[in-house]
Amino acid sequence: MPVRYSGIMDEHHAVRRQVGLFDVSHMGEVEVRGPQAFELVDYIATSHISKVVDGQAQYAGLLYAHGGFVDDILVYRVNPQHYFLCVNASNQEKDYEHIAAQNRWECEVDFASERYSQLAIQGPRAAITLQKLTGTDLSTIRYYRFRDGEVDGVPARLARTGYTGEDCFEVFFDPAESEHLWKKVLEAGAEFGIKPCGLGARNTLRLEAGMALYGHEIDASITPIEAGLERNVDMSKEFVGKPACAKQLAEGVTRKLMGFEMTGRGIARDGYEIQVDGAAAGWVTSGSPSPTLNKNIGMCYLPVSAAQLGRTIQVIVRDQPVDAVTVPTPFYKRAK
Amino acid sequence: MYPDSLRYTKEHEWVRVEGDIAVVGITDHAQKELGDIVYVDLPKVGTTLEAGKSLGSVESVKAVSDIYAPVSGEVVETNGLLVPAPEKLNEDPHGEAWLVKLRLSAPEEATKLMSAADYQKYLGEN
Repeated sequence: MPVRYSGIMDEHHAVRRQVGLFDVSHMGEVEVRGPQAFELVDYIATSHISKVVDGQAQYAGLLYAHGGFVDDILVYRVNPQHYFLCVNASNQEKDYEHIAAQNRWECEVDFASERYSQLAIQGPRAAITLQKLTGTDLSTIRYYRFRDGEVDGVPARLARTGYTGEDCFEVFFDPAESEHLWKKVLEAGAEFGIKPCGLGARNTLRLEAGMALYGHEIDASITPIEAGLERNVDMSKEFVGKPACAKQLAEGVTRKLMGFEMTGRGIARDGYEIQVDGAAAGWVTSGSPSPTLNKNIGMCYLPVSAAQLGRTIQVIVRDQPVDAVTVPTPFYKRAK
Repeated sequence: MYPDSLRYTKEHEWVRVEGDIAVVGITDHAQKELGDIVYVDLPKVGTTLEAGKSLGSVESVKAVSDIYAPVSGEVVETNGLLVPAPEKLNEDPHGEAWLVKLRLSAPEEATKLMSAADYQKYLGEN
């Protein structure tokens, strides 16, 4: 996946206004099967897996015992004995090993990345584009639901999931059909202004939508409580990393993830230092111009004492402090 | 594409000498590599720059790129157009979207930079 095709701005606006196509085949897949597939998935995933029904997807953290992230994943329940996990490319081997190491339930844990390609069709025209290529009635697939069907004759898993904050579909299918379906979706979307999109737009879109990216907002040293992902943590069950989360929930965290926008002239970038009252206080996890809002935005870790909305902070841009103010996330929310 | 009236650096800046003044910009290749340019940081008028040292920076949506002074001299003017309209760097990098004008302190430096033909050859090899 290249950083850009026609340009990050152009691609970004296409997704917000029309539709964009991303080849996200680099994403990894792990399949868990067996009579006790639920038990294993529920134990490795932080979220409320018991509430997930057939044909539903759920975001979850995959944690180490100390509470830090192994990865963040999407859990798709095919049926009670078959869960399909979509994981980050750079984490897929360690995810697989982590899950296999917790397998006390004799499940089949299958490293399936080589069997799936994935296209993401994202934007207000995503459904109308994909509908031209499938007999599945997409209007009956709600947000974070999926169904198995076909796309232009190719067997495919059609999921209404995404990473852009827009209406969205992600389609999983045989890698042998990658080129065929890439072309077909572009053809189908041509009348709606579809654009092929790269990693650059994927990042600006997910940042505006306030979504975490592994290696930035979350990593092995960060817990879901610090990352503001409590709603994806089910404290009523047992899971790897629960004691660490429980301790932080009881005692409080020392740092929190916050959104900010620049009020001074400058662009925050990943890794830049944050100062509060003239002293080093945190770091930028993701920073970028926001093409939709026409502002420079970012997310950062701040000490709890400074993690209030409306707080003025300074981002150190090439040795100069530049003012920013903390704001709620997501930065962008689509009109329903 | 690359005007003969400009001299070029390996870091993809250009210089046009007009008497004792050097107009400095970034090349078409540089703007293409960067993509959508959204921010330009330029030195203050009166700043003395040394050839090869940082002059400022240009930022695209994705990346920050340092710009180096191709020649030494004092900044006599910066391009005010680029603050409200940094995207001009994508549209007209060799013309309207120049970055700074320097009063040359060592005019012979400019003659050592690449000609348009040499720069195009350099781009082809890299």
